[in-house]
Parts: sequence; C-alpha cells; structure tokens
Amino acid sequence: METSNRQITFTPELFEPVERSAEEVEKITGPPTSFWSDAWRRLKRNRIAVVAGGLILLVLALAVAGPWLTSYTPFEQVLERQYKTPSLSGFWFGTDQFGRGMFDRVWVGTRVSLYIAALVTIMDIGVGMSYGAISGYYGGKVDNIMQRIVEILVGIPILVVAVLTMLILEPGILSLSIAIGATGWTTSARLIRGQVLRLKEQEFFLASRSLGAGTFRLITKHLLPNVFYIVIITLMYTVPTAVFFEAFLSFIGLGIQPPNASLGALINDGAKQMQQFPHLLIYPAAVLVTITVCFRLLGDGLRDALDPRMRK
Amino acid sequence: MLKYTLKRLVNALVVLAIIATATWFLMQFLPGSPIQNAEKLTAEQEAQVEAQYNLDKPLPVQYALYMAGLARGDLGNSYLYAGKPVTDVIFERLPVSAFLGVQAILIGLVTGLSLGIISALKQNSILDSGAALLAVLGVSVPDFVIGPLAQYWLGLKLGIFPIAFFESWWHSVLPSLVLATSIAAVVATFTRTEMLEVLGQDYVTLAKSKGLSKLAVVVRHVLRNSMIPLVTILVPLTAALVTGTLIVETIFSIPGIGEQFVRSIFDSDYPVIMGTTLLFAVFFVASYLIQDVLYGVIDPRIRVAGHRA
Amino acid sequence: MANGTTNGTKGGEAVLSVNDLRISFGTHAGEVQAVRGATFDLRQGETLAIVGESGSGKSVAARSIMRLNPEANTIARGGEILFEGEDLLTLPEKRMLDIRGPKIAMVFQDPMTSLDPTMRVGRQITESVKKHLGMTGRRASERAVELLKLVGIPNAEERIRQYPHQFSGGMRQRVVIAIALSCEPNVLIADEPTTALDVTIQAQILELLRDLQERIGTSIILITHDLGVVASVADRVAVMYSGKVVETGTVREIFYQPKMPYTWGLLASIPLLTADSSLELIPIPGSPPDALDPPKGCPFTVRCPYAMKICSEEMPEYTSFSTEHQAACWLHHDMAPKAEPPARIGSRR
Repeated sequence: METSNRQITFTPELFEPVERSAEEVEKITGPPTSFWSDAWRRLKRNRIAVVAGGLILLVLALAVAGPWLTSYTPFEQVLERQYKTPSLSGFWFGTDQFGRGMFDRVWVGTRVSLYIAALVTIMDIGVGMSYGAISGYYGGKVDNIMQRIVEILVGIPILVVAVLTMLILEPGILSLSIAIGATGWTTSARLIRGQVLRLKEQEFFLASRSLGAGTFRLITKHLLPNVFYIVIITLMYTVPTAVFFEAFLSFIGLGIQPPNASLGALINDGAKQMQQFPHLLIYPAAVLVTITVCFRLLGDGLRDALDPRMRK
Repeated sequence: MLKYTLKRLVNALVVLAIIATATWFLMQFLPGSPIQNAEKLTAEQEAQVEAQYNLDKPLPVQYALYMAGLARGDLGNSYLYAGKPVTDVIFERLPVSAFLGVQAILIGLVTGLSLGIISALKQNSILDSGAALLAVLGVSVPDFVIGPLAQYWLGLKLGIFPIAFFESWWHSVLPSLVLATSIAAVVATFTRTEMLEVLGQDYVTLAKSKGLSKLAVVVRHVLRNSMIPLVTILVPLTAALVTGTLIVETIFSIPGIGEQFVRSIFDSDYPVIMGTTLLFAVFFVASYLIQDVLYGVIDPRIRVAGHRA
Repeated sequence: MANGTTNGTKGGEAVLSVNDLRISFGTHAGEVQAVRGATFDLRQGETLAIVGESGSGKSVAARSIMRLNPEANTIARGGEILFEGEDLLTLPEKRMLDIRGPKIAMVFQDPMTSLDPTMRVGRQITESVKKHLGMTGRRASERAVELLKLVGIPNAEERIRQYPHQFSGGMRQRVVIAIALSCEPNVLIADEPTTALDVTIQAQILELLRDLQERIGTSIILITHDLGVVASVADRVAVMYSGKVVETGTVREIFYQPKMPYTWGLLASIPLLTADSSLELIPIPGSPPDALDPPKGCPFTVRCPYAMKICSEEMPEYTSFSTEHQAACWLHHDMAPKAEPPARIGSRR
C-alpha cells in the first residue's frame, strides 16, 4: 500500500487489540438484506420508473375521483353548450358535440378502459398460471398434450380472435375482456411452467418430499418470489396491450358504443372531429398515451429491480 | 433442417385450419344473410338465393363445402355487392395496401435499425436517451393518435402532404410515415436490447482482446449475433403492420383492404369480414412460419442439430 | 515475439509493472472503487498468481492491463501500468490495438461463453493472425491447425471448420488458449481459466499452460481464488483484498511463511491432505467491504482476529521480509504485539 504522505504519530494505545467474536463480525459485515428491500431500493433509484409510477397513481386517482370534482355529470346532454373549448373557469377539458363535459367523460372512459385491462390481466394470470402450473407439475403425457395445445394457440393472432369474438358478442366490458384476453395467457403459462419444472428438478424438492416436510415452505420461499416477479412483469405489459386493443377495436367499430365511453371510443370520436375541435381528441389521447408509456417504463424498471439474477 | 421446417409447416396449417373452422362456426351465429340488402323477395326467390349460397344444405355438409372452398381459394360471395366473390373484393385492393405496407416497412426498418444501433453503441449518452424515448413513444402512441395529428399539422396546417385519398405517390407518403412510426419503434427497441445484450457477452470482450478495432468487433461479431434474435420481431412487426394498415387507411381514406375491412364491419358484410380476417390470419401464421424457418437458417446450432438448441 | 530461451532462468527483469493502480466504476449508486492501489510486477518467463475472493478487484486489475473494462463507466483514478517502456493506462486506443494480441493476450473464465457461437472456430483463430502477422488465406489456416495441435486438440484440420457448440468445455478452453497464443504474446493473462471446468479437466488445462510456457516462454499472470491451483503452477503470488495487494512473495514464502492475517485465513480455510484431522477448517467470518464505501484503514480489520485500534484508522505500510516477500500489516510494526499465525499454518513444512 502507499507510503503515507502524512506523518503518523505512533502511540502504544494504537496497537491495542480489538476483540470481536465471529458472530459480531457476521453482523457487522452484514448478511445480504432481504430480497424485497433490495428490490425496493433498486427501484427507488430508477428515477424514470418512479416518475412513471407516480403518474400512474395520478391517473388512477383521477379515474376514481375525477367525475366527483365537477358539478356536471358525464352523460347529461345540453346542446346549448356544445363544442366549448377547454378553459380553466368553465369546462376543463371542454365539451363534445352533445354538450357533455369532456373532463368527466375522459375519466369515466379511463375507468372502463382500465376495468377491461384489469379483467384481461386477471384472466391472463389466472388461466395462464393454473395452466402452466398443472402442466409443469404433472409432467409426462398431460404436459405434452397441454403444450401442444399452447403451441397452436400461440399461432392464433390476438387481432383475429378479438375481431371474431366481437362480431358475435354484444360490445361491453366483459365481452371485450374475453375478446382481448382469450389467447394472451400463453406467455405466463409458459413462464410458470418453466418455474415449476425448475423447482421440481431441485434436489431438495425431492429430498423434502421424501421426508414429507415443508413442501409448503418450499413453495413459499422459492417458487413464490419468482412467480411474483412473473406476475408483476406480465401485469405491466398486459395493461398497455389491453388498453391499446380496446381502443383499436373501438376505432374499427367493434368496441364500446356511444353513449358509453371508453378511451378508445372517445379517441375515435375525437379523431373524426379533430380538424375543428382538437380538444376532443387530445385529452383522451393524452391519458391513453400516459397510461401506455408509464406502464411500460415502470415495467422495465420493475423488471430490472426484481430480476433475481441481478442481486448484487 | 428439413424435418424441422416440415414440422413447423404442419403446425402452421393446423393453426389455419382451426382458425378457419372457428370462423365458419361463428358465421353460423351471425344475423346477416345474403338477402339482407335486397328488397322484398318472394319465397321462391329467397329459396333460390339460399340454394345459391348453399344455405339449404345440412350443417356438416356446409362445413365440408366451406373448407373445400377455402382450399381452392374460394371465400364465398359478398352480401353487400351481391354475387361478387369476396376474393375479388379483397384482391382488387391488395396492391394499394401492399404498396403502403412495403414503403412503411422500408422506412421503419432503416430508421429503427439506425436508432437501435446508435443508441446501443452510445449507451447512456444523450443520443441513447433520446433514441430510447422516441422508441417508447413510437410504440406507445397508437397510429390512431399520430394519424389524425399528422393529418392536421403536416397536412392541413403546413400543407406539405395531402390529407386523403390515393391519387399519387405523394399521397402515400404521409400514411406510410405514420405506419412506419410503430414499425420503427418496435425495430429500434429490439435492436437496442439485443445489441446491448450481445455487447455484454464474453466473446465480444475476447474479440477486443485480440486487438481488433471497434469497427471490426461490431461488424464481425456483434451485428451477426444481434441480428439472430432480431428475427423474432418479424411477428410483432406483422402485427403492427396489419393493425396499423387498418387504422391508417381509414384515417386517410386510402382504398386498401384495411379500409374495406372497416367498411364491411359497418355494413355487416360478413363474408367479406370473414374473408379478410382469414387473410390476416394467413399473414400472421406465415410470419410465424418464416420466422421459425429463418431461425433455422441463421443459427448454426439448429442447422447442424436439426432442432432448437 | 517472446524470448524463446527457457533454460530455467525465471525472474530477473520485470516484463510488466503495475504501480498503485486505481480503477473505479461510475454507477447509478455511486462510484465503485474496484481497485484501490494495486502494485505488483510480472517477471520474464514466470507465472504470477493473483489470489483473492470475488470482489477483491483481481479481475478488474487484470483487465485494466489490457484496457478491456467497459468504456462507458470505467474511470482510471491513478497509477500506471508499465510495459515495454510505456504506460498502458495513457496510451491512445490505436496503440492498444497493436498490443492486444501480439504482446499481451487473455484467456477468459467461462469457455462456454467466450467464443462467438456463430463463427467457425478456425476463423476465430485466423482473425488474429491475419491482422497482426499479416498472414493470408492458406497460411493463416495452416497456422490455425498448428495452434489447435499445439493445445492438444485432435483432428485439427477438420475441427477448424466447426462451430464452438461442437466442442466440449475443456476443448473450448483449449481453443481460447490457442487464440490467445496465436501471435506469440510476451504476456498471457489467464482470468480464472479453470474455475468453470471439471476437476480433471482443470488439471489438464493447467498442465497445458505450464507446458506452453516452457515451450514459448510467455510470462503468465494467473488470476484465481483457488489456492490449489496456485500451489501447482505459480512461481510468485500476489494476494489481493478489497482492491489492494496485501501480500506478495514466492510461492514457498506465501504458503510456508505467510505474514498477513488475511493470508493466514485463506490458508486455514483449505483442507490439507497431510494435516492432523483434529485441525478444523476455519472459514473467515463475514464478507468483504462494500466497494462503494470502502473503509479508511486496512480493509481486513473487521474480519481480522488480530485487529488493533490503528488498523481501522490507518492503511498499513509495506514491510519487506526478503527480496520478494512483502506484506502490508500493522502487526509488523515495532510497536505491535507479537502475533503467531494459527497452528495449522505452522504445521506446514
């Protein structure tokens, strides 16, 4: 090491030994902190993800509480006040062709879009995880057949399924959710299956099975964190996809119909009247884009933070 | 290798058969019929029309006829344009969409690859953050938002582009650009992620340790290894292309199959809807198949071993 | 071209000198000080082992010699690396391109990921010779075949056209060695070359390295955490901890007369074949310090059974015990109490 360029005065006390037991040493140098606090810390450092998360919370809050903030309702039509431009004193987001306040409609529409996204996600995770878990757990022939089915399902494009479904079902939150979520669960199924298979291969799994002990503990300690990771990431990517598809279906006429509102329906309406009244398009579009962008960014951030391999 | 290709081909055909069956099945529930747009017909005339459309035969026979027809490339006749084969309706408009699509893909690929490569090589710099931001926005802002906005600003306000119809090549530029945005975004994101992954690999460090110049390392080792997984974007690319075409053609009133599709939904012209959906399905399945086959060609592990590593 | 004479004279001139090297990485969380003042040299024709736990900075130090650390966030905070009269830390990149390969080459840890999976093995070897030795086409291929034979791969003519996945782990490592030696470098840096391999293959690879060193006369820096490897191939040893070199010496000196508690700890935690079975394996409690916030005194203090007050305050100075043997520890200061290494160490003779 370096020769000090400052002079050290050596005194005998400096050379007195410091006693420490092995346990103390372990404590001081610290065992690694728990998985969750590690991940949380890592996430907090990622400023983009934090901002994205904040915006999502804001959108959620407004979706729930937005319409309460105004004195009018989303459905009342007062033709005299049609096409008002947005202003701080009057209608914050303006009004549409029927004189309905856009602020309310946008947030009501957001609610609908988010309901659909939530349903799709639940279906994705619920069906996907069960399917994958069963397939992985039983293995053998059952697994083979189930995987063959998945292989075929994967080849069916969401667009086709969605369009076909919406052709015969009445447009509504439930039908749209089914249309969008019908084949999307294959990814999470595959991931879960992989996790289950990996767990099955672990030696201690076999060992504890034969001892009859702690399969439950096994599952909670080893399977769950990985599963949680998969669930969170899936959620973060399914929501923007679902919101997009809902909007897309509305655009081509198969989605939520007026007078009900969804982000897609509002954007569709707004796009048609964009040239004269841009505010009808801009606000719902802004909310849609915010949701999509923020979920993606947060998803990326979570993926980095929770990645079990990145524990350093 | 051949065995692998055959397996994937069979899988593709099975998927298509299932989709076709599902389509036919759903058709049975649809309220429309060939006579919905005609005036009042006598019972005899109705029966005649039904026989023409094979609707008087028992269901299983109808199914068999349908599948046989598909195999021949017969998609039935339009309800709206009475008697006109769906295939005619679609293929009349296909060239327009194809032109728009190809143009968009070219623009999108070039832009996306450049953005992706630059941002990976200049990681953490302003260029990178800028490119990454553009990519996220491109993917997140749907074409039905960008479209009208572009129409308004670049078309109406600035008058650079015409805002509708397809009277000249210049008319196709703005729609293609809008279509290209999602494509470029998908390509850029994938490219950047792949390149970053590859740049972190040991063999890249080994290549550097041989004293090869940065250019040589990138061209000979990084690019080739990054491009292999890039084949995986073929599928999301097709998806972006199809959904985008539907939207862009509608917004810009371009007479392509996308616009036709949306119109046929509005008109409840079910044979056309089904036919077009099937066509889209064929595109998707074909893209899956091509992707799988390309995997086999590019990755030497598959080429030699005959199956995915 | 490395000096071909191998008449047993090792040591002498230093081929490579690392002086007070300081390397950090800039990360979101702050500056990670990976190397905090490492000094060692490599003598002609010898094998220097750099030993340490993971996180000790040994790999970073080695890569710094060839400037292979990721450009984006590597910061050279000080020190110099002298090679053939130049400081490698300050050389322009263009000059480094001439040094990597023909003068200094590297063998990496994981043979499964060190080779480009999409390029034929022969081409990965000829890339180097074509660039540096100006060989073309046929001559380059012949050279590749020679090299594969040299590292003990049978059927070399066929093998050069194959892809890495067609080779086993041990074979791939031999290929990596072949690539490294293709331009006959003066210095070979082997970063944990056997860690990822089976024990039997390990022995073969080490044997190969020793053999090649005798034949070609390359000086080798061997990075490892495995003292068994050190014992079998090293001439001199440098022990690193928390980014610093805490002890250096010949192999015998380090194994039989270690002078620093960390070294004692390392030696005490490996099993001895001839040892009295009543002697326990003593792992060192605790873990190395955080490189983001290294302690100001001797980094080993917290885990050291012999720690004194001064240890956490000041960085120890080097004490020399022989021409080769140096250790940095306050125990060797005049005012420090006498300390005996644990019994196990003393029982080696």
